[in-house]
Amino acid sequence: MIVIDHLTKRFGKQTVLNNVSLEFRPGTVTAVIGPNGSGKSTLMKCILGLVKPTEGSVVINGRNALTDVRCHADVGYMAQIARYPDNLRASEVIDMVKGLRERTADVSDTLINAFDLKPHLNKPMRTLSGGTRQKVGAIIALMFSPHSLLLDEPTAGLDPVASQQMKDQIEAAKSRGASVIITSHIVAEIEELADRAVFLHEGMVIHEGSVSSVREQLEVLR
Amino acid sequence: MMRLLKYVLRDISRGRWVLLYFLFFFAITEGLLFFTAGEAKTIVGLMNVVFLLIPLASIMFGTLHLHNSRDFIELILTQPVRRSTVFFSLYLGVSLPFVCSFLLGVGIPALIHAAAFSPAIITLLLTGAALTFVFTSIAFYVGIVINDKAAGMGLAFILWLFFTVIYDGALLAITVMFQDYPMEQPTIAMVLLNPIDLARIAVMLTVDYAALMGYTGAVIQKFFGSGLGLMLSVTSLLLWIAIPFGIGLKSFNNKDW
Repeated sequence: MIVIDHLTKRFGKQTVLNNVSLEFRPGTVTAVIGPNGSGKSTLMKCILGLVKPTEGSVVINGRNALTDVRCHADVGYMAQIARYPDNLRASEVIDMVKGLRERTADVSDTLINAFDLKPHLNKPMRTLSGGTRQKVGAIIALMFSPHSLLLDEPTAGLDPVASQQMKDQIEAAKSRGASVIITSHIVAEIEELADRAVFLHEGMVIHEGSVSSVREQLEVLR
Repeated sequence: MMRLLKYVLRDISRGRWVLLYFLFFFAITEGLLFFTAGEAKTIVGLMNVVFLLIPLASIMFGTLHLHNSRDFIELILTQPVRRSTVFFSLYLGVSLPFVCSFLLGVGIPALIHAAAFSPAIITLLLTGAALTFVFTSIAFYVGIVINDKAAGMGLAFILWLFFTVIYDGALLAITVMFQDYPMEQPTIAMVLLNPIDLARIAVMLTVDYAALMGYTGAVIQKFFGSGLGLMLSVTSLLLWIAIPFGIGLKSFNNKDW
């Protein structure tokens, strides 16, 4: 469960998030949508502790995400663009994250097979294609079966098979009660995956509700 | 910290820059020892190369590495790890392989030719290692504060130019302008404010070349050769590592990624 309370972020005079309050409930896939520059990435980064809000709070599973890094132990994150140290192998990047989490009981082997990453595990990251690096990112996000899952354009750059596998993994995460947050510009994908949607515009929540209600709202705005 | 440091060290050590750095120092030291008669001349020749190249390589590579690692740093910061741990691991992961390359690159030929390290070589190795830490600290600060890669690299280069060329030029100009006044104390103070000058003087004192610099050289030798001078110069060099590191760490902890 992720609770965002009156979150505001200003960069100088520019207000990127303006008094945003949201709840991401367990077993729900929420799509955060909005035009470029609407504050989607900043909202994700605030939840992940990468951006420090000017005002407001973020609570993940009862822990203050702004002060307690332990809350990240139950969060999975997949970035839109995956870049890793050039000279590390894919297997080392995965092992490194396991080491940082101090956890070994995970489903990385299942995911490696599901995303067909085995042939690339011992190759340096610099030699892997963008799509294969995305698969590494997906495995890192999913391998601890986290209760909170944040996916920034999760299928961008993935081939159709991996893209479908990613969608199946999102469904599986939802079924086991995870709060899943995705950002995407692909309407069909949002309709397929999300239970509810949050529409952001100029840092404010314009509408929050079912995907179809947000779609109707969008058409009114046009 | 070791969990992350291990992988950063592995990544940097496998890169070709660390090997090239080692080979360069090995070749230059071996060449100077082979062709130059007398240890003092070799040390001074080596010092001129080392104290130009170490700051340049450390500041440019450190800044570039931090910029190129932004996405990776973001990934690490989303894990249950404190920001200060990430910063320490990245800093040591970048600086230690370069320090080792330098120590081995200069140390192995020196041992082959002399069988034991002289005080001059030991001073050169220690100050070279210290300068790697100093300029990696500065590089990390630049890399964190300046978001644009080209601007960051440009500033890093200007800082290197300042410490290696501009500062000495300004020091010389001030000394000439105020030649009618006693300049020994201000000169010592200004030397303490530049880590490269500090390192250079430390090495010069071990080979007795300061005696060739006249009265000022004698004053500098007297000051830096004394217990107080040694303590002040070591403290100053340590502060040159600690202050940019501390400011960099604070900026890293407060940065919006």
